Amino acid sequence: MQPLTRVEGRAIPLGLKNVDTDIIIPAKWLKTISREGLGAGAFEVLRAEPGNVFDDPAYKGAPILIAGDNYGCGSSREHAAWAMLDLGIRVVIAPSFSDIHSGNAVKNGILPVVLPQEAVDRLLEVAREGLEITVDLEQQTVTTPYQDRFTFKIDPFRRHCLLNGLDEVGLTMARGEAIGAFEASRTAVQPWLMRGTAI
Amino acid sequence: MASRPRTLYEKIWDAHTVETRDDGTALIYIDRHLVHEVTSPQAFEALKVAGRPVRRPELTLAVPDHNLPTTPRLDSTGKPVPIADPESAAQLAALEVNAPAFGIRYIPATAKEQGIVHVVGPEQGFSLPGTTIVCGDSHTACHGGLGALAFGIGTSEVEHVLATQTLLLQQSKPMEVRVEGDLGPGVSAKDLILHIIGRIGAAGGSGYVIEYRGRVFEQMTIEERLTVCNMSIEAGARAGLIAPDDVTFAYLKGRPMAPQGDEWDAAVAYWRTLHTDDGAVFAKSVTINAADVEPSVTWGTSPEDVVPIGGCVPHPEEFADESKRVAAQKSLDYMGLVPGTPMTEVRIENVFIGSCTNSRIEDLRAAAAVLKGRRKADNVRWAIVVPGSGLVKAQAEEEGLDKIFTEAGFEWREPGCSACLGMNPDKVPPGERCASTSNRNFVGRQGPGARTHLVSPAMAAAAAVTGRLADVRALG
Repeated sequence: MQPLTRVEGRAIPLGLKNVDTDIIIPAKWLKTISREGLGAGAFEVLRAEPGNVFDDPAYKGAPILIAGDNYGCGSSREHAAWAMLDLGIRVVIAPSFSDIHSGNAVKNGILPVVLPQEAVDRLLEVAREGLEITVDLEQQTVTTPYQDRFTFKIDPFRRHCLLNGLDEVGLTMARGEAIGAFEASRTAVQPWLMRGTAI
Repeated sequence: MASRPRTLYEKIWDAHTVETRDDGTALIYIDRHLVHEVTSPQAFEALKVAGRPVRRPELTLAVPDHNLPTTPRLDSTGKPVPIADPESAAQLAALEVNAPAFGIRYIPATAKEQGIVHVVGPEQGFSLPGTTIVCGDSHTACHGGLGALAFGIGTSEVEHVLATQTLLLQQSKPMEVRVEGDLGPGVSAKDLILHIIGRIGAAGGSGYVIEYRGRVFEQMTIEERLTVCNMSIEAGARAGLIAPDDVTFAYLKGRPMAPQGDEWDAAVAYWRTLHTDDGAVFAKSVTINAADVEPSVTWGTSPEDVVPIGGCVPHPEEFADESKRVAAQKSLDYMGLVPGTPMTEVRIENVFIGSCTNSRIEDLRAAAAVLKGRRKADNVRWAIVVPGSGLVKAQAEEEGLDKIFTEAGFEWREPGCSACLGMNPDKVPPGERCASTSNRNFVGRQGPGARTHLVSPAMAAAAAVTGRLADVRALG
């Protein structure tokens, strides 16, 4: 995945709460066996509405999305993260995220920024003026041209992976010995746990 | 050595921690992995590209469910019927090739054991108490009904589990949903979980793993517990849990992939230790009075939009927070509902009985009990029953339930996810309403423009008979 340190640009002022992953990418787009090209179906239902923020020239290609509470709830489909990435979104700012979607986002180089509702409301105002917002992962800050400065928290491991563009599978495979030891002790004490379909 | 009292979630977490990094992230061992056709192709592809094998193929079980049409799978000569949609066919074919290529057990679409992953796992005894279970599907929370720590994952994590049999995770916080007292007559497990989601909200469980506690859950069958835990994700929780007990053990004993002989006894002895200790602390606790729960129905496009069937479509201005008022108005516009309308006056054109929430034998029995000797109303154009697996279907047919359904005007289908998610041919037409036993009422979930009202199986049957959302208790 592509590392992420600092993103500067306009932000799409969506603001809606409970944006589920069916909204981000409807099921009919999930029949693909590839990760590519899903931007075409991203936010399809919202984009069918005249005057929607996604197709507004003021926000076209903006790398930041600002949403309401519980962003990415519902289905675990990682296609939602792939679709957002294909639209060029690298940061989502919201008061809260679904657990599964925020994990999927990070694994694809998208930064979920959790800020209080008041801060999100302020950033929505700034975004609606078409001004640029700066998100700095190293400093863990979101700043605006009006000198607003909001700091956010992020799990240190997620931050580390995003800053360095790390592949988790590779990291864990390097811990193969520890996993092997865990499996061996398991097999000795609770062999039935390790049988699965091979019973 | 006396240890700190722990919750059930913490016990399962601790038993699966391979190691903990300095930053607090834990490497958690995964005991069981369910794979279906939609969220796995990119994971298998990534393994192929990197030349990585599957670490423990016997701990993964693959079964197609999301894309499969629910019409007959074999023609009159016994040959498989081709899948008409080329993209669906390609995705199903990918799983059929990938699973055996990586040494993974695959249940084909035409096998009697095929079904929805979350029905198949428990049914085969693949899902067991105290295990960690994952699947590239958010309703994996379902298996918590057996006392397993089960949760949905994305495709990158599917790849991670296939390659390493582990996941890198941050521990969630334990949350208790305690239900006091007993449910009234005609009130089901589905009504209870809808009520709970309505009470705590679609993000109320975000960051938590919920343990459901109280006599109500102890008295539930496994099917009912699976229904409750299934929808934990609709409250935003990573997983839902109910402590395993004798009901759980009786359900699992003798299932094909459950432990046998001495290993069964050892497993049960271990499972009996899997309960929250006295004095363990939950980070959040919610108490629900069972007597307050009525047959429930959703009015909007979030599973938190729940009212009792005796209630009315709400006015957006009733909601305290601004963003919810905006969302409620959007929902009402989409749903074509007028505030103040009694829910029992909402006419429906479609009924769907199925999904990983409500397609097990008891669900079908509950719906059939209402439909026996009755027929669907004329304005109900499409009514289908989709058993959760081939084994559920066979059991229902042995009990004559299929006849009750077809005589009531329902179509009796082959197992799969069907009209729960608008991915296969079973869809609700734009602008039409569906009384659905599934788990999500999201915009476009059952098809573009489809309007979903979530209900229990008995309530779906009552809606079919009356042609409106209806209180099953009033049918007699």
